Amino acid sequence: MGTIKVGFLHSLVRKEEKLLITEFNKRADVELVMLDDREIKFDLETRPNVDVIIERSINHSRALHALRLFKSLGIPCVNTYDVSNTCGDKILTAVALKDAGVAQPDVRIAFTEDSAITAIEDIGYPVVLKPAVGSWGRLLSKINDRDAAETVLEHKTVLGSYHHSIFFIQKYVEKKGRDIRAFVVGNECIAAIYRSSDHWITNTARGASASNCPITPELSKICVDAAVAVGGGVLAVDLFESPDGLLVNEVNYTMEFRNSIDTTGVNIPDKVIDYIVSCGRAHA
Amino acid sequence: MSECPVCGANISVADDVVKGELLECDDCGTELEVKNVDPLKIEEAPEAEEDWGQ
Repeated sequence: MGTIKVGFLHSLVRKEEKLLITEFNKRADVELVMLDDREIKFDLETRPNVDVIIERSINHSRALHALRLFKSLGIPCVNTYDVSNTCGDKILTAVALKDAGVAQPDVRIAFTEDSAITAIEDIGYPVVLKPAVGSWGRLLSKINDRDAAETVLEHKTVLGSYHHSIFFIQKYVEKKGRDIRAFVVGNECIAAIYRSSDHWITNTARGASASNCPITPELSKICVDAAVAVGGGVLAVDLFESPDGLLVNEVNYTMEFRNSIDTTGVNIPDKVIDYIVSCGRAHA
Repeated sequence: MSECPVCGANISVADDVVKGELLECDDCGTELEVKNVDPLKIEEAPEAEEDWGQ
Protein backbone atom coordinates (compact mmCIF):
# COMPACT_ATOMS: atom_id res chain seq x y z
CA MET A 1 0.00 0.00 0.00
CA GLY A 2 1.20 3.48 -0.85
CA THR A 3 1.52 6.50 1.38
CA ILE A 4 -1.69 8.15 2.46
CA LYS A 5 -1.90 11.92 2.90
CA VAL A 6 -3.79 12.91 6.03
CA GLY A 7 -4.86 16.53 6.34
CA PHE A 8 -4.83 17.62 10.00
CA LEU A 9 -7.27 20.50 10.49
CA HIS A 10 -6.35 22.35 13.65
CA SER A 11 -5.89 25.68 15.34
CA LEU A 12 -4.13 25.59 18.69
CA VAL A 13 -2.30 22.32 19.25
CA ARG A 14 -3.51 21.00 22.59
CA LYS A 15 -2.35 17.80 24.27
CA GLU A 16 -4.81 15.75 22.24
CA GLU A 17 -3.54 17.12 18.93
CA LYS A 18 0.07 16.61 20.01
CA LEU A 19 -0.63 13.01 20.98
CA LEU A 20 -2.26 12.41 17.60
CA ILE A 21 0.60 14.10 15.71
CA THR A 22 3.13 11.99 17.61
CA GLU A 23 1.27 8.79 16.70
CA PHE A 24 0.84 9.86 13.07
CA ASN A 25 4.57 10.48 12.80
CA LYS A 26 5.23 6.86 13.82
CA ARG A 27 3.36 5.63 10.74
CA ALA A 28 5.65 5.09 7.75
CA ASP A 29 2.65 4.96 5.42
CA VAL A 30 1.21 8.34 6.49
CA GLU A 31 2.18 11.79 5.31
CA LEU A 32 0.73 14.41 7.64
CA VAL A 33 -0.35 17.70 6.07
CA MET A 34 -1.03 20.38 8.70
CA LEU A 35 -4.02 22.60 7.91
CA ASP A 36 -4.18 25.52 10.36
CA ASP A 37 -7.70 26.97 10.39
CA ARG A 38 -6.18 30.40 11.05
CA GLU A 39 -4.30 30.29 7.75
CA ILE A 40 -6.38 28.15 5.43
CA LYS A 41 -8.38 29.82 2.63
CA PHE A 42 -11.13 28.37 0.46
CA ASP A 43 -12.23 29.37 -3.04
CA LEU A 44 -14.91 26.64 -3.39
CA GLU A 45 -12.88 24.90 -6.09
CA THR A 46 -9.31 24.18 -5.00
CA ARG A 47 -8.90 20.82 -3.35
CA PRO A 48 -6.11 20.38 -0.80
CA ASN A 49 -3.80 17.55 -1.85
CA VAL A 50 -4.90 15.13 0.85
CA ASP A 51 -6.70 11.77 0.88
CA VAL A 52 -8.56 12.23 4.16
CA ILE A 53 -8.94 14.93 6.80
CA ILE A 54 -9.00 14.61 10.57
CA GLU A 55 -10.82 17.55 12.14
CA ARG A 56 -9.24 18.83 15.38
CA SER A 57 -10.15 22.52 15.39
CA ILE A 58 -10.79 24.03 18.79
CA ASN A 59 -13.44 26.37 17.28
CA HIS A 60 -16.74 24.67 16.57
CA SER A 61 -17.85 27.26 13.99
CA ARG A 62 -14.62 27.03 12.01
CA ALA A 63 -14.69 23.24 12.12
CA LEU A 64 -18.25 23.12 10.91
CA HIS A 65 -17.76 25.42 7.94
CA ALA A 66 -14.43 23.91 6.95
CA LEU A 67 -15.93 20.42 7.02
CA ARG A 68 -18.79 21.55 4.78
CA LEU A 69 -16.32 23.03 2.33
CA PHE A 70 -14.16 19.90 2.35
CA LYS A 71 -17.29 17.81 1.83
CA SER A 72 -18.14 19.82 -1.28
CA LEU A 73 -14.64 19.10 -2.58
CA GLY A 74 -15.18 15.37 -2.12
CA ILE A 75 -12.66 14.86 0.66
CA PRO A 76 -13.58 12.27 3.31
CA CYS A 77 -13.46 13.82 6.78
CA VAL A 78 -13.44 12.41 10.29
CA ASN A 79 -15.77 13.41 11.61
CA THR A 80 -18.08 14.32 8.76
CA TYR A 81 -19.81 17.68 8.47
CA ASP A 82 -23.17 16.08 9.21
CA VAL A 83 -21.92 14.38 12.37
CA SER A 84 -20.27 17.58 13.55
CA ASN A 85 -23.38 19.62 12.84
CA THR A 86 -25.51 17.22 14.86
CA CYS A 87 -23.11 16.83 17.78
CA GLY A 88 -22.33 20.54 17.94
CA ASP A 89 -25.94 21.33 18.74
CA LYS A 90 -27.58 19.67 21.72
CA ILE A 91 -31.04 20.03 20.20
CA LEU A 92 -30.01 18.25 17.00
CA THR A 93 -28.29 15.58 19.08
CA ALA A 94 -31.43 15.04 21.17
CA VAL A 95 -33.47 14.64 17.99
CA ALA A 96 -30.99 12.14 16.52
CA LEU A 97 -30.95 10.10 19.74
CA LYS A 98 -34.73 10.10 19.89
CA ASP A 99 -35.04 9.05 16.24
CA ALA A 100 -32.71 6.12 16.93
CA GLY A 101 -34.45 5.15 20.17
CA VAL A 102 -31.38 5.83 22.33
CA ALA A 103 -32.22 6.57 25.98
CA GLN A 104 -31.58 10.13 27.13
CA PRO A 105 -32.80 12.40 29.95
CA ASP A 106 -36.19 14.04 29.48
CA VAL A 107 -35.72 17.26 27.49
CA ARG A 108 -37.73 20.28 26.42
CA ILE A 109 -36.92 23.04 23.94
CA ALA A 110 -38.53 26.49 24.10
CA PHE A 111 -37.88 29.90 22.56
CA THR A 112 -39.34 32.42 25.01
CA GLU A 113 -39.15 33.00 28.74
CA ASP A 114 -42.82 32.18 29.27
CA SER A 115 -42.79 28.98 27.26
CA ALA A 116 -39.50 27.96 28.88
CA ILE A 117 -41.01 28.32 32.37
CA THR A 118 -43.94 26.18 31.29
CA ALA A 119 -41.56 23.61 29.81
CA ILE A 120 -39.43 23.54 32.95
CA GLU A 121 -42.44 23.00 35.20
CA ASP A 122 -43.71 20.34 32.84
CA ILE A 123 -40.50 18.37 33.50
CA GLY A 124 -40.34 19.36 37.18
CA TYR A 125 -37.48 20.82 39.22
CA PRO A 126 -34.55 20.49 39.25
CA VAL A 127 -33.65 20.97 35.61
CA VAL A 128 -30.47 21.89 33.79
CA LEU A 129 -30.54 24.73 31.29
CA LYS A 130 -27.82 24.45 28.65
CA PRO A 131 -26.77 26.52 25.67
CA ALA A 132 -27.69 24.50 22.58
CA VAL A 133 -24.15 25.16 21.33
CA GLY A 134 -21.57 25.16 24.07
CA SER A 135 -18.82 23.19 25.71
CA TRP A 136 -16.62 22.46 28.69
CA GLY A 137 -19.60 22.76 31.02
CA ARG A 138 -19.80 26.51 30.49
CA LEU A 139 -23.02 28.42 31.15
CA LEU A 140 -24.85 25.38 32.46
CA SER A 141 -27.48 26.29 35.04
CA LYS A 142 -28.97 23.84 37.52
CA ILE A 143 -32.36 25.32 38.33
CA ASN A 144 -33.98 24.14 41.54
CA ASP A 145 -37.08 26.32 41.78
CA ARG A 146 -39.24 28.88 40.00
CA ASP A 147 -37.37 31.87 41.42
CA ALA A 148 -34.12 30.63 39.93
CA ALA A 149 -35.83 29.75 36.65
CA GLU A 150 -37.27 33.23 36.23
CA THR A 151 -33.95 34.86 37.08
CA VAL A 152 -31.78 32.77 34.78
CA LEU A 153 -34.23 32.99 31.88
CA GLU A 154 -34.46 36.77 32.20
CA HIS A 155 -30.69 37.15 32.39
CA LYS A 156 -30.18 34.96 29.34
CA THR A 157 -32.81 36.85 27.37
CA VAL A 158 -31.61 40.32 28.30
CA LEU A 159 -27.86 39.86 28.53
CA GLY A 160 -27.18 37.08 26.05
CA SER A 161 -27.03 37.02 22.28
CA TYR A 162 -29.99 35.45 20.49
CA HIS A 163 -28.32 32.03 20.78
CA HIS A 164 -29.02 32.14 24.49
CA SER A 165 -32.75 32.46 23.99
CA ILE A 166 -32.94 29.03 22.42
CA PHE A 167 -33.64 27.20 25.63
CA PHE A 168 -32.50 23.59 25.89
CA ILE A 169 -33.92 22.19 29.11
CA GLN A 170 -32.89 18.81 30.46
CA LYS A 171 -34.27 16.96 33.48
CA TYR A 172 -31.58 16.93 36.16
CA VAL A 173 -30.32 13.40 36.69
CA GLU A 174 -28.96 12.68 40.17
CA LYS A 175 -25.67 11.11 39.24
CA LYS A 176 -24.19 10.62 42.71
CA GLY A 177 -21.02 12.52 41.95
CA ARG A 178 -20.02 10.95 38.67
CA ASP A 179 -20.87 10.40 35.05
CA ILE A 180 -19.30 8.29 32.31
CA ARG A 181 -17.37 9.37 29.24
CA ALA A 182 -16.95 6.60 26.70
CA PHE A 183 -14.94 6.68 23.50
CA VAL A 184 -16.29 5.17 20.30
CA VAL A 185 -14.19 4.60 17.21
CA GLY A 186 -16.13 3.22 14.28
CA ASN A 187 -18.34 0.46 15.62
CA GLU A 188 -16.40 -0.16 18.82
CA CYS A 189 -16.50 1.35 22.28
CA ILE A 190 -12.75 1.35 22.94
CA ALA A 191 -12.51 2.85 26.44
CA ALA A 192 -14.46 4.64 29.12
CA ILE A 193 -13.82 6.70 32.24
CA TYR A 194 -15.81 7.78 35.23
CA ARG A 195 -15.66 11.53 35.78
CA SER A 196 -16.08 12.25 39.47
CA SER A 197 -16.57 15.55 41.22
CA ASP A 198 -18.15 17.05 44.32
CA HIS A 199 -19.69 19.60 41.95
CA TRP A 200 -22.75 18.66 39.90
CA ILE A 201 -20.81 19.55 36.73
CA THR A 202 -18.44 16.66 36.06
CA ASN A 203 -16.43 17.87 33.07
CA THR A 204 -12.73 17.18 33.52
CA ALA A 205 -12.21 20.67 32.06
CA ARG A 206 -13.93 21.82 35.27
CA GLY A 207 -11.73 19.79 37.59
CA ALA A 208 -13.47 16.41 37.75
CA SER A 209 -11.14 13.45 38.28
CA ALA A 210 -10.94 10.52 35.88
CA SER A 211 -10.89 6.81 36.71
CA ASN A 212 -11.28 3.71 34.57
CA CYS A 213 -14.80 2.55 33.81
CA PRO A 214 -15.22 -1.08 32.76
CA ILE A 215 -16.96 -1.49 29.41
CA THR A 216 -20.01 -3.62 30.08
CA PRO A 217 -22.14 -4.98 27.23
CA GLU A 218 -24.86 -2.45 28.21
CA LEU A 219 -22.41 0.46 28.08
CA SER A 220 -20.89 -0.69 24.80
CA LYS A 221 -24.27 -1.10 23.14
CA ILE A 222 -25.73 2.27 24.11
CA CYS A 223 -22.50 4.07 23.18
CA VAL A 224 -22.29 2.48 19.75
CA ASP A 225 -26.02 3.08 19.26
CA ALA A 226 -25.53 6.76 20.18
CA ALA A 227 -22.56 7.07 17.83
CA VAL A 228 -24.52 5.49 14.99
CA ALA A 229 -27.49 7.75 15.80
CA VAL A 230 -25.45 10.89 15.13
CA GLY A 231 -23.79 9.44 12.03
CA GLY A 232 -20.80 7.53 13.38
CA GLY A 233 -17.07 8.14 13.44
CA VAL A 234 -14.76 9.06 16.30
CA LEU A 235 -16.95 10.19 19.16
CA ALA A 236 -17.03 10.66 22.91
CA VAL A 237 -20.33 9.77 24.52
CA ASP A 238 -21.25 11.23 27.93
CA LEU A 239 -23.69 9.19 29.98
CA PHE A 240 -25.55 9.23 33.27
CA GLU A 241 -26.19 6.16 35.39
CA SER A 242 -29.87 6.45 36.28
CA PRO A 243 -32.13 4.04 38.19
CA ASP A 244 -33.67 3.21 34.80
CA GLY A 245 -30.32 2.43 33.19
CA LEU A 246 -27.79 4.41 31.21
CA LEU A 247 -28.86 7.69 29.61
CA VAL A 248 -26.91 9.50 26.91
CA ASN A 249 -26.27 13.10 27.91
CA GLU A 250 -24.14 14.36 25.02
CA VAL A 251 -22.08 13.14 22.07
CA ASN A 252 -18.85 15.03 21.35
CA TYR A 253 -17.29 15.10 17.89
CA THR A 254 -13.82 16.57 18.53
CA MET A 255 -13.21 14.43 21.53
CA GLU A 256 -10.82 15.33 24.30
CA PHE A 257 -9.03 12.34 25.80
CA ARG A 258 -5.87 13.57 27.52
CA ASN A 259 -7.01 12.24 30.90
CA SER A 260 -8.12 8.90 29.55
CA ILE A 261 -5.08 7.15 28.06
CA ASP A 262 -3.18 6.35 31.25
CA THR A 263 -6.46 5.97 33.12
CA THR A 264 -7.79 3.27 30.80
CA GLY A 265 -4.54 1.80 29.47
CA VAL A 266 -5.92 2.20 25.95
CA ASN A 267 -3.84 3.97 23.31
CA ILE A 268 -6.74 6.11 22.11
CA PRO A 269 -4.81 8.12 19.48
CA ASP A 270 -3.46 4.91 17.94
CA LYS A 271 -6.98 3.57 17.48
CA VAL A 272 -8.20 6.90 16.10
CA ILE A 273 -5.41 6.92 13.54
CA ASP A 274 -6.14 3.35 12.45
CA TYR A 275 -9.69 4.51 11.76
CA ILE A 276 -8.60 7.67 9.90
CA VAL A 277 -6.24 5.70 7.69
CA SER A 278 -8.87 3.08 6.94
CA CYS A 279 -11.34 5.83 5.95
CA GLY A 280 -8.75 7.40 3.69
CA ARG A 281 -7.86 4.11 2.03
CA ALA A 282 -11.52 3.23 1.55
CA HIS A 283 -12.00 6.41 -0.47
CA ALA A 284 -8.66 6.28 -2.31
CA MET B 1 15.20 28.36 24.42
CA SER B 2 12.93 31.37 24.50
CA GLU B 3 11.52 33.80 27.01
CA CYS B 4 8.05 33.96 28.55
CA PRO B 5 6.48 37.13 27.12
CA VAL B 6 4.68 37.70 30.44
CA CYS B 7 7.25 37.08 33.18
CA GLY B 8 10.52 36.76 31.27
CA ALA B 9 11.33 33.26 32.53
CA ASN B 10 13.29 30.96 30.24
CA ILE B 11 11.08 28.59 28.27
CA SER B 12 12.57 25.40 26.89
CA VAL B 13 10.68 23.25 24.46
CA ALA B 14 10.83 19.59 23.45
CA ASP B 15 12.61 18.58 20.24
CA ASP B 16 9.32 17.58 18.67
CA VAL B 17 7.57 20.88 19.40
CA VAL B 18 5.16 21.96 16.66
CA LYS B 19 3.77 25.26 15.47
CA GLY B 20 0.59 26.14 17.32
CA GLU B 21 1.45 23.99 20.34
CA LEU B 22 0.27 25.18 23.74
CA LEU B 23 2.78 25.39 26.57
CA GLU B 24 2.60 26.60 30.13
CA CYS B 25 5.21 28.82 31.71
CA ASP B 26 6.61 26.96 34.73
CA ASP B 27 7.19 30.23 36.55
CA CYS B 28 4.03 32.28 36.08
CA GLY B 29 1.63 29.62 34.74
CA THR B 30 0.67 31.66 31.68
CA GLU B 31 -0.58 29.61 28.75
CA LEU B 32 1.68 30.18 25.76
CA GLU B 33 1.53 29.33 22.08
CA VAL B 34 4.44 28.37 19.83
CA LYS B 35 4.07 30.76 16.90
CA ASN B 36 7.20 29.56 15.11
CA VAL B 37 9.54 26.63 15.65
CA ASP B 38 12.78 27.73 13.97
CA PRO B 39 13.58 30.32 15.09
CA LEU B 40 11.53 29.69 18.21
CA LYS B 41 8.88 32.33 18.79
CA ILE B 42 6.46 32.19 21.70
CA GLU B 43 3.46 34.39 22.43
CA GLU B 44 0.74 34.45 25.02
CA ALA B 45 -2.01 32.01 23.93
CA PRO B 46 -5.35 33.51 22.90
CA GLU B 47 -8.22 33.66 25.37
CA ALA B 48 -10.85 30.93 25.04
CA GLU B 49 -13.71 31.88 22.75
CA GLU B 50 -17.37 31.04 23.16
CA ASP B 51 -17.38 28.22 20.60
CA TRP B 52 -14.22 26.51 21.83
CA GLY B 53 -14.07 22.94 22.98
CA GLN B 54 -16.45 20.05 23.42
